[in-house]
Amino acid sequence: MPDAISITVNGASVTVPSGTTALAAILSTGASTVRRSVSGAPRGPLCGMGICFECRATVNRRRHSRTCEILCAPGMDIRTGDCVRERVDG
Amino acid sequence: MASRSANFDILVVGAGPAGIAAACCASESGARVGILDNNPRAGGQIWRGHQHSDANPDARKWFDKFAAAKIDFLSSSEVIDQLENGRLIVQSIDAQSIDEVRELTYKNLIVCTGARELFLPFPGWTLPNVMGAGGLQALVKSGLPISGKKVVVAGSGPLLLAVAAHLREHGADVRLIAEQAPWHRLVRFGMSLAFEKTKLAQAFAIKRQLSGVPYKTNCWPLCVNGDDKLESVTLRAGDRTWQESCDYLACGFHLVPNTELAALLGCELRAGFIRIDENQRTSIANVFAAGELTSIGGVDLSILEGQIAGYAASGQAASAAQLVPQKRRLDRFAALLRETFALRDELRSLADAETIVCRCEDVTLSRIRHHSSWRASKLHTRCGMGACQGRICGPATEFLLGWKVDSIRPPIFAASLQSLAVAAAAHTQEHLMLNEESR
Repeated sequence: MPDAISITVNGASVTVPSGTTALAAILSTGASTVRRSVSGAPRGPLCGMGICFECRATVNRRRHSRTCEILCAPGMDIRTGDCVRERVDG
Repeated sequence: MASRSANFDILVVGAGPAGIAAACCASESGARVGILDNNPRAGGQIWRGHQHSDANPDARKWFDKFAAAKIDFLSSSEVIDQLENGRLIVQSIDAQSIDEVRELTYKNLIVCTGARELFLPFPGWTLPNVMGAGGLQALVKSGLPISGKKVVVAGSGPLLLAVAAHLREHGADVRLIAEQAPWHRLVRFGMSLAFEKTKLAQAFAIKRQLSGVPYKTNCWPLCVNGDDKLESVTLRAGDRTWQESCDYLACGFHLVPNTELAALLGCELRAGFIRIDENQRTSIANVFAAGELTSIGGVDLSILEGQIAGYAASGQAASAAQLVPQKRRLDRFAALLRETFALRDELRSLADAETIVCRCEDVTLSRIRHHSSWRASKLHTRCGMGACQGRICGPATEFLLGWKVDSIRPPIFAASLQSLAVAAAAHTQEHLMLNEESR
């Protein structure tokens, strides 16, 4: 694979072509669930363009990263499935 | 995390077709031009993946211009707040510089934040593998393998055809395209395209790519079935109801404008869009708007509006004036789109009592529908108070319940505490300085 990038998704090594987003890398492992909703239901991406926040996961230990907006970089560590309630209002 | 600032004569927000055209035209004046986008690359949604391709001549032309012009491109960046007119707080969402916050100043701002898909709730729409039509296309463009996957494309609008053609080109087994608009309106739409050579050519190209894929009009999804992920979709066309098994449902009900930033700045809206004059100027003198947030009119109109805004904002009035007449013809296309793909009433009753409307907070229709307004429901149920800040459920409740989404509050994108701290510090600094001056 030309310009292949090695990353880890939930601890497993994954190799993707350069230009792949973190979200596409997660789904290319066969997963369809990226996070759990506040009531624990499985959720996957909806908008694909940084609006809906359904694809958020932990990227390089940064929680709630919108994985559709992040390009894979060598050594990136992606973890999915956090079901921590998130509040953004003040 | 560092806080840096940068100053621009012209700042453009959104690097889709309108933003790229605006930045290129503004830079012809010699002004210092900056453009920012939340994506890692320029192109927006419609030109996503075309940066290094010759497939779309228009995209190629503008990407080349953009690369040759002297323009600062700030990728993976989004505006979270305005300090005052001319000063914006911007955060990075790139993995390498996440949470880095900077202040950007401008003399004139051109807002080109585009549109998103309208998502309507129906039973099962929250299951994984039910996505937007443009959403699935964006995912495929960013590396999702789709070859051999069964896909149903549903909803409304010309985007459905473009998406289906694109997915098929990448090896997807597109089972069906379900368009909710009635056949007679689409025929009228097709007839009027006959006078638009380029749009007709695009339509024929797509038709060739889609040969053999059923295109059903008067057809829409009723619900999706599956436990942990989508297994099939139940569709309705006329009196007929049937299940179509699929790996993905790509479903969007045309587009809604991303008006949040312009609204935060105080720009007036008209019928849900940012109100502009013929030079693309909003109700705020040094803020211009171009592209889909002023009307949903397709890429040609977006480019033209971007050009006009770029020229007008940089004092090139004659160049702007020259383009204005061309806009009228494209405005007619926007009106035609609106009439053709107007949503049918049946879609208002797709969601049942237990259907989740607000995906961020898992709020069901039964919990919100007895409230009188968006605001009341928000206060009582947290509908619209999650991470997306009502961007998905807001337009849905406007359609379902006739609510008006108001009260845009900063930060307009979920911001980290660090970002907020920097923004707050900047506000405080300002306050202290004003106090010093008044002494």
